[in-house]
Amino acid sequence: MRSMGSLLDTAIDAPEVREYDVEAVNRKETRPPLYVPRKKIHPRRAHGFFRTFKWWVMAATLGIYYVTPWLRWDRGPGAPDQAVLVDIPGRRFYFFFIEIWPQEFYYIAGLLIMAGLGLFLVTSVVGRAWCGYACPQTVWTDLFIWVERLVEGDRGARIRLDKEPMSGAKATKRLAKYVIWLLIAMGTGGAWVFYFADAPTLLVDLVTGQAATDAYATVGVLTFTTFTLGGFMREQVCTYMCPWPRIQAAMMDEESLTVTYRTDRGEPRKPFEKNADWDTRGDCIDCKACVVVCPMGIDIRDGQQLECITCALCIDACDDVMGKIGRPRGLIDYDSIANDERRRAGKETKLRLFRPRTLFYFALWALIGLGMVYVLLTRSDLDINVIHDRNPLYTTLSDGSIRNGYTFKILNKAREQRTLTLHASGLPGIALKVVGSEDMGDSPDPYFTVKPDRLQSFRLLVTVPPGILKGDAADLRFVLKEINTGQTASYNSLFRGPQ
Amino acid sequence: MSDHRHVDEFTGVETTGHEWDGIRELDNPLPRWWQWVFWACVVWSVGYWVVYPAWPLVSSHTKGMIGYSSRAEVAQEIKTATAGMAGQLERIRKAPLEQIRTDTGLREFAMAGGRSAFNVNCSQCHGSGAQGFKGFPNLNDDEWIWGGTLDAIFRTITHGIRNTEDENAHQSEMPAFGRDGILTKAQVADVAEYVLSLSGQAADGTASARGKPLFTDNCAACHGDNGQGSTEFGAPALNNNIWLYGGDKATIVETVTNSRRGVMPAWGRHLDEATVKQLAIYVHSLGGGK
Repeated sequence: MRSMGSLLDTAIDAPEVREYDVEAVNRKETRPPLYVPRKKIHPRRAHGFFRTFKWWVMAATLGIYYVTPWLRWDRGPGAPDQAVLVDIPGRRFYFFFIEIWPQEFYYIAGLLIMAGLGLFLVTSVVGRAWCGYACPQTVWTDLFIWVERLVEGDRGARIRLDKEPMSGAKATKRLAKYVIWLLIAMGTGGAWVFYFADAPTLLVDLVTGQAATDAYATVGVLTFTTFTLGGFMREQVCTYMCPWPRIQAAMMDEESLTVTYRTDRGEPRKPFEKNADWDTRGDCIDCKACVVVCPMGIDIRDGQQLECITCALCIDACDDVMGKIGRPRGLIDYDSIANDERRRAGKETKLRLFRPRTLFYFALWALIGLGMVYVLLTRSDLDINVIHDRNPLYTTLSDGSIRNGYTFKILNKAREQRTLTLHASGLPGIALKVVGSEDMGDSPDPYFTVKPDRLQSFRLLVTVPPGILKGDAADLRFVLKEINTGQTASYNSLFRGPQ
Repeated sequence: MSDHRHVDEFTGVETTGHEWDGIRELDNPLPRWWQWVFWACVVWSVGYWVVYPAWPLVSSHTKGMIGYSSRAEVAQEIKTATAGMAGQLERIRKAPLEQIRTDTGLREFAMAGGRSAFNVNCSQCHGSGAQGFKGFPNLNDDEWIWGGTLDAIFRTITHGIRNTEDENAHQSEMPAFGRDGILTKAQVADVAEYVLSLSGQAADGTASARGKPLFTDNCAACHGDNGQGSTEFGAPALNNNIWLYGGDKATIVETVTNSRRGVMPAWGRHLDEATVKQLAIYVHSLGGGK
């Protein structure tokens, strides 16, 4: 089989195997100094398990991203029917059956902490799996390279096209590529804004020019970043802009699996020879198939390096070659430093997934997750907040009674109007009065109606007869009770008097 | 600083020549993307100078092409907000006070407007929480010198107390019993003892008994036979726990000797009617409104 890719690739004397003319532009020895323009990487398409897996991950992540805002969820009349919606003007976050108020932002904080710890856990187990498979930069770059390949062809054709002088055909291909990229980029920015408003309405508004300036600006910025980061900056984002590669080293240890070239098996590397004596040479035939598929422009055989996002495409490429020359697969594979040392020491290799580090990360992650589930399940749709007046702290009335003022807030998170009664305990003879609600009289337990899905604020005056309060303060407990269901919410506050 | 060039052995990069305890700083160039952003910002700023107000001149500043001014923007926003409130303010102007108090929407609007007007105009004397100070009544409690109904509060705010700017201001004058020689020092002390007894405080029984007829002759006309006070004359009740200047004997003696004369401006001359109405609603809601 003759070479089909780059003209400079030389066919070697094994079926369907050839040596690629490729330079790992970002390896340490050849890495260009600063101020020198970036050397473009033309990754060749890989085939195999990990490439297929990456397509599936791409389909799943992009699918979730693009489709989610269009899912509907019936919450009854007057409430938005979008399953996932960040309603900033209305100050609500909707996620299917969960509805979060701004004061419950700790759920989001919890989710972010879980995401962070999950990232720690995954990194300590399988290295930079996030970078290699799921990071938006990786997914969109992968998608953009796929478009590039579709329009301009695989590596060899792309290199030739780059070298060609500008012509009608070249311009057409370039234009087609940029237009498709731009459409994807706009779709990406467009999908983002749908999370913040009713998607069908916003789509119509966006198309007819009725949408808010913020929406257009957001779409514009995200279109620009997607287009440049996915189309042109690519691996530079990971190497120069992203802090994660620097942090990750702290999460990995010698037992962490990562994409590794097995030096012990591969070296000494030598070009392929027929009927070679594999006992005296390494399995690596130096065909550079691993380098040619690398989107980061490195040579995995140099060992672990900062640039490697562990996309595992070199595993696919090498496995393919090993199969063709009749050597065992896995010359490049997920492996750990510890296993490498074990092999050198003649010991059995093993997979140690359960280590103090991974268990610790998992325990923390699970603890927060369980805590969140618990808080969510026991979440009350009725809440009260009582704020004691700062000034005056107390008022002496003409008969010597002491009165304290409070701002009293009822959060009715339910979607129906509720009738509630308030009771205060802690001191004898307490009289409650809600300002502006004369009809309740001075009954010890005033009742109120609170509108659905609303935070309502009341001013509350608490009066205690003369001589009751000993000292300058006493504990006071407010209990709010829904009359129909008996559901309660309580708040502990203070009652203050003269020194 | 050293003049000779130094190249770092490990990286092969020239250093800046600075050295601190053997640590040298590599003279790496700035990343290209960073430089592009920097120059883009420089270009942007030039455009900004042209479009927006930017350079200070001797007595003014460059105005920019689009004539933007943050001050004008605020003025516009205030105008819009004011226009948005016009309808509610008009309703407040027309509605009787009692109707404002019982209408939830109007009341909440009036409370908010009243609170902000109070903070601007009233808090200097009455305190930010309307808690009052010596000589300036606490508006949270249930004693009202000039009346605690909505209408009475409205009237007091509109016309003020003992001022010269409004002929309808509350007027009354307490004699300076001691200073003007109406009562002797001993008599003043006796009256003070009696006043102490009125409010249920510990008092000297014999002095108090001597003070009682003096009180009936000199004070009861305004403060009432039992010291219950009179909102008609702005005479505070003396038989309760609330004191405007202080309820201890020395302060009472001082009050009787020299008299007290609190003054309040006629806010109806400084604020529009809707604002005064909102203030009345707010003050009434503080807890003591009748």
